[in-house]
Amino acid sequence: MADKTMTADEVVARLEDGMTVGIGGWGLRRKPMALVRAVLRSSLKDLTVVSYGGPDVGLLCASGQARRVVHGFVSLDDHPLEPHFRAARESGTVEAVELDEGMFLAGLRAAALRLPFMPVRAGIGSDILRINPSLRTVADPYGSGDEVVAAKPLRLDAALVHTNLADAAGNAALTGPDQFFDDLFCQAADRAYVSTERIVPTGELLKQAGCVHALVIHRYMTHGVVEAPGGAHFTECRPDYGRDLEYLAAYVRDPQPVETFLASREAEPR
Amino acid sequence: MTATRAEVCVAACAEAFRGDGEILAGAMGGLVPSLGARLARATFEPDLVISDGQAYLVDAEQAVEGWLPYRAVLDLLASGRRHVMMGPVQIDAHGNANISCIGPWERPKRQLLGARGAPGNTVNHTTSYWIPRHAPRVLTPRVDLVCGIGYDRAASAGYAARFHEIRRVVTDLAVLDFAPAGPMAGDGGGGCGGVGCGGGVPRMRLASVHPGVTVDQVVEATGFELTVPGDVPTTPAPDPEALRILRDVLDPAGAREAEVPGG
Repeated sequence: MADKTMTADEVVARLEDGMTVGIGGWGLRRKPMALVRAVLRSSLKDLTVVSYGGPDVGLLCASGQARRVVHGFVSLDDHPLEPHFRAARESGTVEAVELDEGMFLAGLRAAALRLPFMPVRAGIGSDILRINPSLRTVADPYGSGDEVVAAKPLRLDAALVHTNLADAAGNAALTGPDQFFDDLFCQAADRAYVSTERIVPTGELLKQAGCVHALVIHRYMTHGVVEAPGGAHFTECRPDYGRDLEYLAAYVRDPQPVETFLASREAEPR
Repeated sequence: MTATRAEVCVAACAEAFRGDGEILAGAMGGLVPSLGARLARATFEPDLVISDGQAYLVDAEQAVEGWLPYRAVLDLLASGRRHVMMGPVQIDAHGNANISCIGPWERPKRQLLGARGAPGNTVNHTTSYWIPRHAPRVLTPRVDLVCGIGYDRAASAGYAARFHEIRRVVTDLAVLDFAPAGPMAGDGGGGCGGVGCGGGVPRMRLASVHPGVTVDQVVEATGFELTVPGDVPTTPAPDPEALRILRDVLDPAGAREAEVPGG
């Protein structure tokens, strides 16, 4: 099996300006912050960021690297509003594509399954269709009279996800209570990069994961593995650690420029 | 025992789930609706299924009875076996609700959460709303972005929106529900009088005022014309057993009072 281990900066070196990048996790939960920091340190620009958004989206807006954000929400859970995303939307410096959460999932599934669209009821009657004028509805071809939204595939050039455990070949385990959509992000992407709390020998994966249901990211989906202990900080990475509430409070109270965020020792993996 | 305003609100939220049976009761608009769902389960709706807000389903004794991560929630909601209570930032007379932003979406005055699951929730299963501050800027003639759809939008969508139902809106002042209004309502003239018949599209109606609140107060605090029946009852306070469960079991620290002050 090929050794896919690399550094976060080596992941970023494989990304290009203008790419569509999917970021795993959900809000303030298991965001690949070590990989996001590497993007923030880089000169990458004009990115389309696809995310159930949290500080990943906010910081990439603050750095000016996200030209467009595809989202169903951008939130910090305990603090519902993300300060950088708010500022970017209110000053008009970022383009937003706002979807329903379930329509977003349908888009990931369509991309992963190489389908032209995925039917979903979400969106019918709502302004999501007004603010996404290219979205179409389709009539039930079997004649029930039903009509659904044809969610567009959210095809990604690259996916970035953070995991609890991985091996060098790119198999990874999500051992927390919610795996979110990280395996789908990987399957919707041309190339998927996985950061992980720790790299273990393949023979240790199942034992250390504790349950086979955790082994949902497979090496045929992934193209790089980065060992990054604390790599989700300040978001939570259960069961390894919770969200850093103190850090979060300061982040919301006094949003700092990206340079300050990168320079702060607390932002580094522990 | 006299119930506080917050306790009346919890009981009114609990009532929203009456008759729901064995479905997921979801509450994302604050503590009061969450206590409402748990109070309903502890009293008259014992089969309700309730999540811990993370990924676990927990029974009345807080034992984990199931695993429901977000992906399963998004599939469950399409199956319809769910009733959520959401907290709108704006809601209009037909029940269109906004949680996304204030001002024009293209360049909002204030960016809020985003549409989240509101579009999907409201076309797939029953929705109720909790509004801790009944005010004209919340209950407003027009919402800036229709995230959760109201009865007029559902009527226009027709068969595709057949699962739409807004059960009730509970505020710190009153309980509101929806009833056909206008010339088609009960006119006996052979019109269909139901959803899809123009004038018969349900509008928000004052169902009850909380103890100590007047009808005028509610009308004053509502930014659109509310349907006000001739006789408006008072919202029932929780009975002594419900009050005991709420105070001793569900919220012994009294956190509910902070969400509805001045009770």
